[in-house]
Amino acid sequence: MKRRDFLKGALAGGALLASGSPAQARPNKTMPPEAVGLLYDSTLCIGCKACVAACKEANGMPPEFSTVEQYWDTPLDISGKTLNVIKMYKEGSGEIKDSEKNGYAFMKVSCLHCVDPSCVSACPVSAMTKDPVNGIVSYDKGACIGCRYCVAACPFGVPRFQYDKAFPQITKCQLCTHRMKEGKYAACAYVCPTGATLFGKVSDLHAEAKRRLALKPGEDTEFPRGNMTTHDQSSFPAKAAKYLPQIYGEKELGGTQMLKLSAVPFEKLGQPTLPERSYASVSETMQHTLYGGLMLPLVFLGGLTYIARRNVKDEENEKN
Amino acid sequence: MSGSHSHPAPAPLGGPLVTPVTVTLAILVAIAFVILGIRFVLGIGAVTNVSDGYPFGIWIAYDVVIGSAFACGGYSMALLVYIFNKGEYHPMVRPALLASMFGYTLAGASVIFDLGRYWNTWHIFWPGYAQVNSVMFEVAVCITAYIVVMMIEFSPAFLEKFGLKDIHKKLNKVLFLIIALGVLLPSMHQSSLGSLIVVFGNQVHPLWQTLMLPLLYLMTAVMIGFAIVIFESCLSASGFKRPLELHLLIGLSRLMTGLLAAYLVVRVGDLAVRGALGYLFEPGIEAFMFWVEMSLFVAPLILLWHPAARRRPARLFIAAFCLLFAGFFLRINAFLVGYETGAGWHYFPSVPEIMVSVGLIALEILGYIVLVRYLPILPKEEKI
Amino acid sequence: MSANIKTNEGVDAVESRLGISRRSFLQLCAAMAATMGLPAGADLAIANAIVNKKRPSVIWLHFQECTGCTESLLRAEHPTLEKLILDVISLDYHETLFAAAGHQVEAARRLAMKENKGKYLLVVEGAIPTKDKGIYCKIGGQTAIDMLKECAADAGAVVAIGSCSSWGGMPSTGPNPTGSSSAGEVLGKVIPNIPGCPPNPYNFLSTVVHFLTFGKLPEVDQLGRPKFAYSRLIHDNCERRAHFDAGRFAMEFGDEGHRKGYCLYKLGCKGPETYANCPQILFGDVGNASWPVGTGHPCIGCTEKGIGFTKPIHALSDLKNVVPPLGFPRIVEEQGSGATIASVAVVAAAAGAAVGAAAAMAKNLGQVTVPPPEKADKTGGKTETERAES
Repeated sequence: MKRRDFLKGALAGGALLASGSPAQARPNKTMPPEAVGLLYDSTLCIGCKACVAACKEANGMPPEFSTVEQYWDTPLDISGKTLNVIKMYKEGSGEIKDSEKNGYAFMKVSCLHCVDPSCVSACPVSAMTKDPVNGIVSYDKGACIGCRYCVAACPFGVPRFQYDKAFPQITKCQLCTHRMKEGKYAACAYVCPTGATLFGKVSDLHAEAKRRLALKPGEDTEFPRGNMTTHDQSSFPAKAAKYLPQIYGEKELGGTQMLKLSAVPFEKLGQPTLPERSYASVSETMQHTLYGGLMLPLVFLGGLTYIARRNVKDEENEKN
Repeated sequence: MSGSHSHPAPAPLGGPLVTPVTVTLAILVAIAFVILGIRFVLGIGAVTNVSDGYPFGIWIAYDVVIGSAFACGGYSMALLVYIFNKGEYHPMVRPALLASMFGYTLAGASVIFDLGRYWNTWHIFWPGYAQVNSVMFEVAVCITAYIVVMMIEFSPAFLEKFGLKDIHKKLNKVLFLIIALGVLLPSMHQSSLGSLIVVFGNQVHPLWQTLMLPLLYLMTAVMIGFAIVIFESCLSASGFKRPLELHLLIGLSRLMTGLLAAYLVVRVGDLAVRGALGYLFEPGIEAFMFWVEMSLFVAPLILLWHPAARRRPARLFIAAFCLLFAGFFLRINAFLVGYETGAGWHYFPSVPEIMVSVGLIALEILGYIVLVRYLPILPKEEKI
Repeated sequence: MSANIKTNEGVDAVESRLGISRRSFLQLCAAMAATMGLPAGADLAIANAIVNKKRPSVIWLHFQECTGCTESLLRAEHPTLEKLILDVISLDYHETLFAAAGHQVEAARRLAMKENKGKYLLVVEGAIPTKDKGIYCKIGGQTAIDMLKECAADAGAVVAIGSCSSWGGMPSTGPNPTGSSSAGEVLGKVIPNIPGCPPNPYNFLSTVVHFLTFGKLPEVDQLGRPKFAYSRLIHDNCERRAHFDAGRFAMEFGDEGHRKGYCLYKLGCKGPETYANCPQILFGDVGNASWPVGTGHPCIGCTEKGIGFTKPIHALSDLKNVVPPLGFPRIVEEQGSGATIASVAVVAAAAGAAVGAAAAMAKNLGQVTVPPPEKADKTGGKTETERAES
């Protein structure tokens, strides 16, 4: 083969590698039909941490201490021991609830159960999987190799790892799937005294979120508690807060099954601003373009084999 | 093969195995093994500073990603000799392959001891567990396959030493396929080591997050391959007191600089197209590290621009050294410096963590020295 | 307390008069001073006042009330305070405690008011109906409104005891058919009041003793409530606060959490928006946990207007202020291990070694340049090699 022809071929191949084929672009995944999730309303949250305590108990996680005297569970963040935590935003004097200035507000940190999860795309051994019916993102430690690619990939920093153990695993909220067999639902929503964390079908939660955003600040209304779909707990009357006109998780990276409402800008509450196109779809589009069906590699291999064979044969001939 | 290629057959170098150098290296290796023992008993956190904010530390960013790139000597030489038909570089293939084999095997080992649940490693290769959309799946499978391929490619050295001529002959019949795989597989996984970053999205700084990642990492891998060959040739010549095959190195450097120029066009062009050039001047650690990286990429071009400059061994060596570290910084910057999963996280490797990486480098050098003295790898020195 | 009290005789007199030991008496004065948060030496002042001063006249009015406040006062037992008070003050009118009744009692009241004009302490228990000119409560033919105004006109000080007279209390619960109002509303000014249903008797007693000792009532907040008792939220001093902070709640009466004594917020406890000192001084002198929350029932906010008898008992309260404990996780916490001197030193050493070795190598190689290669012979002649000595 003439060097010129080969270089042409290499360049074409290189261009193909670089550009990719748009026809193979993988779009964002869509919300599963019976998707369940949570609605977290920061304005209703009083920082009582009932959800933190309930989550620990429901999942059998050990206490985590951040004080010198280790009296009770005081996690500062989700970790290998903590799947859910409430964080506090404070500015200035920190006296006015849900005020961006001189105020304080709370934010729940736990798995958002993305519609198109980065962790599921990243995991090489299918330890992270998304249920096709209810959309819950589950972790299977039996499959996991502990590579922590999911930890690195999650844009919300949700999966955590047990660095202090000889036989560690990844930890993250799994929406209490183990309680669903007994007809129960997410422990955090079950114990929340103010209904700041609500459980239910995502369609119901989304409708409720929209209803709240339509209220005028200070308008009297009823807030449900517990399970929004089965209405297992009483609702209670209170006044609507001055919400930001945004449902966090509606569009971020293709949507999440945990939606959030707040009066303080989400960035200040540690919720990153994210594009609509999921990172998983970008990464997988690239992989499929380059390696889909092993087409390009096989073509490349074919060419290489042909050339190598010719060159090796020549060497053999010259030797003999 | 065309062109003159009559060269002396490879032969064991011989010479003492126990020297101050090898002893020092052995001590460093021992330290690393002790620390790894502690890691397996007490957990990764006991010996590293890896945390949930930086789940990939230097054991991944250096030992695996950079270590495997530094091990691309065999890849670049195979590409050059068997695909581009430059037979005159043939004598450099075996030493390059040895370094590659070592580098990749150690990179593979680094993966294992960085994994938290290493006993499940076979899941990556098992249908039912393997998740084919994952970039890491592809990287792992390709690297493993490549290590096997390299061992086969390298086996002639063993077969010659032990006089196993029959197996050697059978091997030669399928050598072309092995060689082809030995070029395909690194192309796949070296580029994918860059693709690993794509799923991180906005967590990686725009200076290092782009769809061009596979191409950039592939080009740098090939360049590093050439650079490492130049580097190791100079080291060998100096360490084993052998003549330097300068004419070959000069040729390599020409290829290297050509590819480097093309790389810089792609790199800067990509930044411009994405509107990321502004970040170059934003005060902060990212911009600073970018300039360090870029300077190290540009330095070899400047050093070797003039044809006369390429004939100076010192220049070649420094240029190769710069290019190796340029590739080093490109990867460190993407995986560590430019990576931020959220505010408030800090990472710098701990001393035991660093000693393990140092120990692995020592093991590689030590292994190279031992095998070169013991097996037919380097061309026999001509007596003048 | 020093024995230098100038009234040793006086103390002895009190001792015999009241039938309590000198030690008990002095302990009482110290306890009073402590309840009111008074500085050192106040117990001495109190002892002096009790021993020496002329007993002030007290007129105690009852209107729309259940007499719980009086009963609460009578339950003060430690020491036998009902006796003490009845001897420290001159109770010149009290419908519950008086043996007599009818017009004679009213006449006695008017006489006491005339004799102690401008100096007597008027205590009001119960709300005052204001609808239809106040005909819904009449004592001796006189409406409550008129009686209050008449008695308040010449009083040295007016104190409302109990939620009813403090802000309207239970009688004023919607729809409030009789127009029940507080004493302050009827008199048209903020008067000192001791809300509670019933209030802890020691809050009232301390206020009276303060008046007796210092000639004026203790410091009050903008609603007229003594600050020593009503300046802090129950939530901030509740013995179950740790459970609230740790997220442990009773969900239903009788469940595991309830039996373990967890926080009652979810059952409607109004502690977070109610000002009172119930968790500190408790009720009934029967030991710890002798207050509603301590016994397992959520606080109903009986001292607060707009909350007690207004908000449903099991409705969630608003948190008046949230003072998260110091350990509350912030949005951004510093985590992970950064560079230490040791690790930076090791990296620097490794890098230095690499660069140093490379420099040495370069120097060695630098001695040599290679002349341009001669044209190679295609039949396999050897090309020139240059010996690079190292």
